[in-house]
Amino acid sequence: MDGVHDLGGTDGTGRVSHTPTEPVFHDGFEQRVFAMVMVTMARREYTMDEFRHAIERMAPAWYLDSSYYEHWLAAMETLLVEHGVVDDDELYERLEQVRAGEATVPDRTDPDAAGMMRAVVESGGGTYRGPGEPAFETGETVRVRNMHPEGHTRCPAYVRRAEGTVQEVHGTHVLPDARAHQEGESPEPLYSVRFDGEALWGPDAEANTAVSVDLWESYLRSP
Amino acid sequence: MTGDHDDPDHPVPTDDPDHPVPTDDPEARARALQSLLVEKEKLSTDAVDEVVSLYEEEVGPMNGAEVVARAWSDPDYREWLLEDGTAAIGDLGYTGVQGVDIEVKANTPETHNVIVCTLCSCYPWPVLGLPPTWYKSPPYRSKVVKRPRRTLREAFDLDVPEDTEIGVWDSSSEIRYMVLPQRPDGTEGLSETELAELVTRDSMIGVERLGEQSAEELA
Repeated sequence: MDGVHDLGGTDGTGRVSHTPTEPVFHDGFEQRVFAMVMVTMARREYTMDEFRHAIERMAPAWYLDSSYYEHWLAAMETLLVEHGVVDDDELYERLEQVRAGEATVPDRTDPDAAGMMRAVVESGGGTYRGPGEPAFETGETVRVRNMHPEGHTRCPAYVRRAEGTVQEVHGTHVLPDARAHQEGESPEPLYSVRFDGEALWGPDAEANTAVSVDLWESYLRSP
Repeated sequence: MTGDHDDPDHPVPTDDPDHPVPTDDPEARARALQSLLVEKEKLSTDAVDEVVSLYEEEVGPMNGAEVVARAWSDPDYREWLLEDGTAAIGDLGYTGVQGVDIEVKANTPETHNVIVCTLCSCYPWPVLGLPPTWYKSPPYRSKVVKRPRRTLREAFDLDVPEDTEIGVWDSSSEIRYMVLPQRPDGTEGLSETELAELVTRDSMIGVERLGEQSAEELA
């Protein structure tokens, strides 16, 4: 979808506030939200692609005005309600109780679930689904399709219609555009495509720069 | 359930009429959701503690630093790392969520690499841990693909010479990227453990260069 999350090349976003080091989590809110997302995703209440798309569906001004873990909380609320894990009235009611000091988070022990979380963190969840039959090969010139799907895509707007060179064929990978909408994995060949700065930004490009983006086959065509 | 559209401080509404609950007070919302999930036996206190402790104690840039130090010390490992990052990193015990497939891009005097995720905030967790705030924020995600040289200079005080090519890696798939910095001068006698202490998180993101610095400057 065309949204404000697709930030590549946007001007006027302010200064980068670099910090040489910072704590892994800044407060209990970040710990709480991070752990809840990790656990609910490990329990397959939703996929990573649905999660990313739920963040993209936040109202644009809200997205830009809120922190990373607020994005995570918003997406988790959206998906757990949409998937019927929690009911929106029930969630609203509990929120009012928390605000009134009438509800707290109870303790619950489940050693098996804790052990499963370690196993999930250590194994991950890959998207590679075999070599497939790629239509393009390393060194070939490709052009990114002009596409503006309403749903989820991992084709950034700033590379659309640009010409680049395939520098690596990654084999087939789960297509986020499909899995974000519960339409299966639909694996497709994935390519690392290299774009010269000028191919993306024209005369405003900095000299001697290039950007590499991973793009699925259906995003690409012959020039 | 929506917020106040007439708030003069927020003429553009930051609430979301499609969202199931009000969009303010994230702290209370997180507690409300957590209490419901615990009640429904979908969440436990020890699972939350386990996840937090894993990323606070075990998964962080010290893992990537170990990979880099090994590559600096062992040419065969370096070659393997650049050829098959996933396998070479896995050999040191690092893999998992947000890093099942990892590719490593080597900096040289002629080429400087830097990683970003313009669409969200993808980052190679098993080797670098969770990303810092600036990496996840709109300024970095928007600027570094378009004006990498200026961004590195203005935000990170890093001057990459005009004749050094800058390669930006936008992490749009589940493949994660990390940068192999150059080995600093004057480090010939150091052990892998000592070398790993010179490797910074920023040098593996590509917003710092180590090759042009000596060990004394890094210490």
